[in-house]
Amino acid sequence: MNVRILAACGALFLAATSAGAAPVLLKNGVIHTESARGTLEGGSVLISGGRITAIGRDLAAPPGAEVIDLKGRPVTPALFGGVGFLGVSEVELESSTNDGTLKLGQMRPEFDLALAFNPDSMPVGVARVEGIGFALLAPGAEPGRKGAPGSSVLAGLASVVRLDGRKPRAPVALAVSVGEDAGPLAGESRAAAYMLLAQALEEARGPLQATTPEQRLLTPAGRRVLKSFTVEPKPVLFEVDRAADIRAAVEFAEKEQLKAVIFGGAEAWRVAPLLARTQVPVVLDPLDDLPEQFDQIGATLENAKRLNAAGVTVAFSLRQPAPHDIRKLRQAAGNAVAHGLPWDAALAALTSVPAKVFRAAGEFGSLEVGRPANLVVWSGDPLEVTSLVDAEWLDGQRQSLRTRQTELRDRYLAKVRAGSAR
Amino acid sequence: MRSTYSGAAWRAAALALPALVVTTFALAAANDPYPSTYAPAASAPVLIRGATVLTGTGTRLDNADVLIVDGKIAAVGANLTAPAGARVVEGRGRWVTPGLIDVHSHLGVYPSPQVSGNSDGNEATAPVTANVWAEHSVWPVDPGFDTALAGGITTLEILPGSANLIGGRSVVLKNVPAVTYQAMKFPGAPQGLKMACGENPKRVYGGRNVAPSTRMGNVAGYRAQWIEAQEYLRDLAAYEAKIKAGGKAAEDAKPPKRDLRLETLAAVLKGEIPVQMHCYRADEMAIMLDMSREFGFRIAAFHHAVEAYKIANLLAEHGVCAAMWADWWGFKMEANDGIQENIALVDAVPNGCAIVHSDSEEGIQRLNQEAAKAIARGRAVGFDIPPERAIRWLTQNPARALGIDARTGTLEPGKMADVVLWNRDPFSVYALADEVYIDGALQYDRAHPPAAPRSDFMLGQPAAAGVVP
Repeated sequence: MNVRILAACGALFLAATSAGAAPVLLKNGVIHTESARGTLEGGSVLISGGRITAIGRDLAAPPGAEVIDLKGRPVTPALFGGVGFLGVSEVELESSTNDGTLKLGQMRPEFDLALAFNPDSMPVGVARVEGIGFALLAPGAEPGRKGAPGSSVLAGLASVVRLDGRKPRAPVALAVSVGEDAGPLAGESRAAAYMLLAQALEEARGPLQATTPEQRLLTPAGRRVLKSFTVEPKPVLFEVDRAADIRAAVEFAEKEQLKAVIFGGAEAWRVAPLLARTQVPVVLDPLDDLPEQFDQIGATLENAKRLNAAGVTVAFSLRQPAPHDIRKLRQAAGNAVAHGLPWDAALAALTSVPAKVFRAAGEFGSLEVGRPANLVVWSGDPLEVTSLVDAEWLDGQRQSLRTRQTELRDRYLAKVRAGSAR
Repeated sequence: MRSTYSGAAWRAAALALPALVVTTFALAAANDPYPSTYAPAASAPVLIRGATVLTGTGTRLDNADVLIVDGKIAAVGANLTAPAGARVVEGRGRWVTPGLIDVHSHLGVYPSPQVSGNSDGNEATAPVTANVWAEHSVWPVDPGFDTALAGGITTLEILPGSANLIGGRSVVLKNVPAVTYQAMKFPGAPQGLKMACGENPKRVYGGRNVAPSTRMGNVAGYRAQWIEAQEYLRDLAAYEAKIKAGGKAAEDAKPPKRDLRLETLAAVLKGEIPVQMHCYRADEMAIMLDMSREFGFRIAAFHHAVEAYKIANLLAEHGVCAAMWADWWGFKMEANDGIQENIALVDAVPNGCAIVHSDSEEGIQRLNQEAAKAIARGRAVGFDIPPERAIRWLTQNPARALGIDARTGTLEPGKMADVVLWNRDPFSVYALADEVYIDGALQYDRAHPPAAPRSDFMLGQPAAAGVVP
């Protein structure tokens, strides 16, 4: 797309951000619905009253509608931003700006990280203008330093956050660490992670055994929260990479009747038949290909391809929880395609799959009539690094594509053009 | 179509090159107690035919041939003839570029797996460790060298970390499998001096309640070192004058006590070692430029120059390159003003020298994609950045910053045949290196991966071999 068209689009975005009461018809695009309707070439989407009210070919514009000719550009659901600290971490190395990890030295499954979510956080806006509409905000787990208390193998509650300024959805998942990182949280042996989790689940299910309060792991609130994961199929996110640990986690979840989701999963491809049979989804980083830990010796760029071929449900997330880089996730997805994953599966791993796994499919992950309009118009292939967001709607609202970064850019662009950047 | 450099002038340059190379190499070996033992692997001539060629000099040649003979680029142009015994590679639909060069890597010094036993990148025991050489920490077994090769990396600079004000000497390596680092060491490439601005030194030492704990402490710390180095050079000069004078003075003359730290700093002041400066903020880069003038040394490049766009003209006027990420930002305060147009803006000014670097075992595998992102951001704000221009960010410009641009970084006759054959336009997420040549030898062939992993660490690992547990 040339600069002139971009500039025109820019003017349009600015004009349109104020809660468009008028319907919008996006016509003549490639509509990736990520639903049973598949992909519509030469398709249209009608947005009205904040919702998608029609999808099809040759849709007529209602009276007063704004009509945007996409000229063949792709439209996708707003993308998933992965699992991490979006909205609770401003500057990673400034501890005062980070709320992602509870370090009380106690097991507190009732820790609801979403209460710290800041919709105005800089990384939220930066991710939003890259077409990201939702992400899983999940607490981290790390040991304490210099004798200070750390967290536990059971890090707390995770929630789907929306990037349009609204508050997070209700907590949906439980974050659990059982791999190489779990050792320091469980008395220096990952084996103890299961011992502690089993005890916590026993306490949660009740009745409480004749233990002293000091021997208990959970508070009454913690017992209530953890119990809810044993009666409802809400995802329990096991952060684990080694094939043997993935198998152990899956078997533990089966025994305890938990709905397991594997996060990390660098060696998941090695246990693909087990994951397919037990229908355990894997949220993985497609760029993992080095033995950065001993748990990741089997890491390969073909992880997603092999899991998908085996019938395992795959979603994407970057491994690092820091939120600044999550705009890179679609690049990671493109790399999975370069290494053999079908393109459609890669887009699904950024949209419909995570929406379903984290129980937000009524709102995110697909373009369906009646759903809130969360969608993105791309300048080209959304998995290609040279493609940019041309327009975006979240919860039916046209989004401004300006951030602090575009303000900085424009200030210094003028100086560079004037030859005075010094 | 003809190559732009197929004329007589270039042939003359090509003839002149080997002599230059020998001289530099001989000098370096004489001064270097840890000399390179790198020898190009034996190779038959290679003719890549009918490809889109980005020469690294700013030129694009469509439907062009690249001829490699004796490990050197012999010719680039149309309808070249394959010498007897040449391997002929069909390049139609594929692209050829110079081998990619990463000016900022910690492969080997912070290798995978990331365990304490192999963590050798920061001698964080004192804020100035100009005495240490990164090459003495390089673990050639690091599997990251192999994955970088698959991304087209043929040359890379390994630096000490950034905990220290002055971290030590860097080393430039050829990305070939080897048992010793000496067998990877780029013959005749100058070492660099790693220095660090900003947050890291003051965090590491301020946290221990020793200097520096502030940015002004950082600058005082560097300056004190240069003053000592100046004294060392004066003592050395006085000694040499006495020796030269001969007689009694020469007999009584005592050389200054040998000091590895001062030897490094003196070499910088003498112009033998350029400074590779880790510096994020525009204001701090400007301070460093003043300091380089105060003491008379050369900064080759600012690395992690997240705010280079704010002073793009100033950097170009000083002839200093900026080595940048495409989109890293916000992980610390000094990275808070990162923008995705940084590379394009640095490139846009007259004499701008933009470099895409990685500082990452992941990023080094796909510098082409990092550049592609920067191209897209530049185009969106109106800069015309054709592929033949952008490839210079990964080839010619980093070669210049490392002082090896007479030897590699472009596809010009006489230069090292460090070459990547891509399956398509490299500035795409779907682009993969099909073949990577280093000094004319095929070191990576995507269609024929080696039967066993190159890294000794990966050898015989059930997990990597796909054994089902």
